Amino acid sequence: MDAPTPLPPRLADWFAARGWRLHDHQAAMLARAGAPALLLVAPTGGGKTLAGFLPSLVELAADPRPRLHTLYVSPLKALTADIGRNLRAPVDEMGLPLRIEDRTGDTSQTARRRQRADPPHILLTTPESLALLLSYDDAPRMFAGLRRVVVDEIHALAESKRGDQLMLALARLERLAPGLRRVGLSATVEDPPALARFLARHPDACAVLQADPGPAPDIAMLDTTPPPWAGGGARHAIPAILEQIRAHRTTLVFHNTRAQAELFFHALWMANEDALPIAIHHGSLARDQRARVEAAMTAGKLRAVVCTGTLDLGIDWGDVDLVIQVGAPRNVKRLVQRIGRANHRYNAPSKALLVPANRFEVVECHAALAAVREGTLDGDPRGPGPRDVLCQHILATAAAGPFDADALFAEVTTAGPYATLPRAAFDACLDFVATGGYALRAYDRWQRLMQVGGRWQLRDPRAARTIRMNLGTIIDTETLPVRLKSSRGGAPLGEVEEAFATTLTPGDTFLIGGHVVRYESLREMVVEVTRQPGRDPRVAVFNGSKFATSTVLAQRILAMLQAPAWPDLPAHTADWLALQHKVSRLPAPDRLLVETFPHEGRHHLCVFGFAGRNGQQTLGLLLTKRMEEMGLAPLGFVATDYATLIWGLEAVADPAPLFDPDRLRDGLDQWLQGNAVMKRTFRAAAIVAGLIDRTTPGKRKSPRQATFSSDILYDTLRKYDPDHLLLDITREEAMRGLVDFGRIEEMLARVRGRIDHMALGRVSPLSAPLFLEPGRIPVHGAGRERLVEAAAERLMAEAGLS
Amino acid sequence: MHPGMNAHAFTLSGARLRACASGALHWPERGLVVVSDLHLGRAERMARRGGPLLPPYETDDTLARLAADLAALRPAHVIALGDSFDDRRAAEGLSEPQRARLAALLDGRVWDWVEGNHDPGPLALPGTHRAEVRLGPLTFRHIARPDATAEVSGHYHPKARLALGAARVARACFLIDGARVILPAYGTYTGGLATEAEALAGLMAPDAIAVLTGTRAHAIPMPRRAARRPPTRRISP
Repeated sequence: MDAPTPLPPRLADWFAARGWRLHDHQAAMLARAGAPALLLVAPTGGGKTLAGFLPSLVELAADPRPRLHTLYVSPLKALTADIGRNLRAPVDEMGLPLRIEDRTGDTSQTARRRQRADPPHILLTTPESLALLLSYDDAPRMFAGLRRVVVDEIHALAESKRGDQLMLALARLERLAPGLRRVGLSATVEDPPALARFLARHPDACAVLQADPGPAPDIAMLDTTPPPWAGGGARHAIPAILEQIRAHRTTLVFHNTRAQAELFFHALWMANEDALPIAIHHGSLARDQRARVEAAMTAGKLRAVVCTGTLDLGIDWGDVDLVIQVGAPRNVKRLVQRIGRANHRYNAPSKALLVPANRFEVVECHAALAAVREGTLDGDPRGPGPRDVLCQHILATAAAGPFDADALFAEVTTAGPYATLPRAAFDACLDFVATGGYALRAYDRWQRLMQVGGRWQLRDPRAARTIRMNLGTIIDTETLPVRLKSSRGGAPLGEVEEAFATTLTPGDTFLIGGHVVRYESLREMVVEVTRQPGRDPRVAVFNGSKFATSTVLAQRILAMLQAPAWPDLPAHTADWLALQHKVSRLPAPDRLLVETFPHEGRHHLCVFGFAGRNGQQTLGLLLTKRMEEMGLAPLGFVATDYATLIWGLEAVADPAPLFDPDRLRDGLDQWLQGNAVMKRTFRAAAIVAGLIDRTTPGKRKSPRQATFSSDILYDTLRKYDPDHLLLDITREEAMRGLVDFGRIEEMLARVRGRIDHMALGRVSPLSAPLFLEPGRIPVHGAGRERLVEAAAERLMAEAGLS
Repeated sequence: MHPGMNAHAFTLSGARLRACASGALHWPERGLVVVSDLHLGRAERMARRGGPLLPPYETDDTLARLAADLAALRPAHVIALGDSFDDRRAAEGLSEPQRARLAALLDGRVWDWVEGNHDPGPLALPGTHRAEVRLGPLTFRHIARPDATAEVSGHYHPKARLALGAARVARACFLIDGARVILPAYGTYTGGLATEAEALAGLMAPDAIAVLTGTRAHAIPMPRRAARRPPTRRISP
């Protein structure tokens, strides 16, 4: 550890007045303040953020001249507001005349303009807002004096395209402010050097500082009545959870999806006889509502918050002394990071309870607990920076002003994720942005970018506005705002998926923000509702996070299932596994269990591949395609982290031929092209790369029949331009994330043809939960055509029209 | 089987018509094929206006499907029922191969270009420009008139949604009642207006049917909002 650097008097006095001393890692950060890049890995509550800002405060104490000195980037708007508050207090107490402001999507237009003309000393922002700032022609002036960038929660950003976009932005900042220093702040991760390479300017070195991880967490399963066979609601655990909330000061109750959080909160509230102050917080709620919860939490007025991933990150929620994870954590690393949310006092163990929502999750939670105790972390190495993000970056660069292609390529390859980008790949992205990149060069007259004097610029400068409106890499499913109905435009409550909104008819009820509301009308693309207390709601289908159960966890589960008995598992779960053993068999690590059985007039096939949700989904696509070819008329499938359930009109007598690895692999490319997952992936890539605009809810100008689905573009490209850049990006994306064929390869290699086919007379204990899974994917084939025909005949007959 | 050959047969004011799965309307006795809302040149128009550079293949795709239909149905007379081009400049902006392809389709046939809201006025193309066409008992125009009968029109791009248990399908469709038929949009880059929309619900009689297009033509009662619930979606056509 480096020798502590003496603090300037004002800062030293401030620490002394509180009886505090610098943590070792804070001192180390100060000692290395001049390094071009540094990564600090520290558990929550270790004074990580202060460690990030200390060098800035030291420098600004010595020289408080007005200029933008430090840029702080975090993944969450809420985090920037929180850091703003937490930094404000010490800065004021130290008597430093510094301006600290945040700049997010919520910042007013007036404040934005002022910030660009006269930036504060410390600007707190998000990757999207930074990309926007860099797309204006005054960016060079605004950022000219920038000395430091602090990237908070970099482990979270690095998991998505937001991180890639941010690293491209840092490469740009480095050119505007040469000598810029970068600091990354991360929670515990499995591969810190890889994260350091992601952060640093390529090929700069980046030291990793590891803070003391603190004592091992106190983590256990919550003792409850037996969980249900299936489902994710965990309502059975409500009395036990309320008991825990009563016994602690502040509890965070994490859920894996927004819909589950809503349902759970509603049920919890009904059972909350002591009227304990409990709130709900997730990304689909209106900003005002989230802000109210955040304020109440900071003020220590809440005993519990039911939340989702939006609270995963390092916001200071005051005195949290218990974290409850409802539902299986899917991933050991994320569980460890969530547990770290409890107890912000350094050197006190975090206290956490796991609540499995169904019997299978009991098994998964047990496996996760064992992994945490043994200090095993999981994670997959990330691939090179995605090209759709690069396309957007090139467009945004053009919006800021003319650029030179060679200079931009040199700049882009200093970003860690793009360090190995070939020039040809860059040129293809530039060509796509400029001309559409089509084999049929149809847009010579209407290019988006054109070369003038060797530099690229927008053909139509007005396009800059559209480019700015489409910045960002977060692609939500299309959502519509929900408001209370009122003549003056009622209070915003949050948003729901458009697909969900279109299924509503007036009078239907659903949950949002913990309230049951009644759907009244859809007006100008706003869902208008009235309050409807005390009625059983239909569920709002929010887009939840769909993290797959990690390979590490899946392997641990399979190993557990091999035990002759399960004395450590609750009796209800052990009995369930024993029943499965009796009527069928248990999945084994080196074998593949395939069950077939009839149910409700359809033939079913269930494959226990344990390849993670995305891998199992791909398996569903591949298998249904083969079944279609074999005339088995599959109608659809649903996948979980451990199994895929397929239903259709014909029975599968022998599933073994379906799993021939060569045929699965051969078919993958052709088969995948036409399916819904690829279309969804294509849509996301097309929005990020700037081919299609984001639809802003409530601002749709064109009438319905003037807009058409991105699926049509996908089909057209496949047919007429199969080598187009966007299809290539879509394939790469899909193989990496949603398709995850790697997990299937791994499963097939493990199984090597050892398939156990169990032809059963009815649903098996292990396959039963799949019938309640959301996210069913229809197969559009001969089976569906047969059903359409039958439905059409029936409807005509009922209407007396046939 | 070619989608043009699979059809739902019906009668409008005595004319025996076929609503083809391809989206074309066929009147065998008159050797007539009607297609509506081709929206040729749509990608080019969007690019010209500074919009996104969409895959520039939709004109070729639409013409290829039309060529297949005409080859299968061998009509002597074709009516393009308006919005054949996304705008007038799109008609002028066709490439030489596209122009040749279109000319080959027109060759040896009577071809009427009925004008639509996207392409008013005569086009610099072979064929005859018309505000509307009358043939036997039927009138062919782009936008339906509420009080008209024996009328064939397009414009609305109707699409029908059908629930199959928990799943749903949405397909472009014909709408047919005793007074009129509304054709689906034939062009590749076209979206649809759900049959529940006020504009369509108000035009069609209570016993109207929808004929779904795709690989097969399926007739269903026109999907509507449940009774006594006023239509709530405001979408201007």
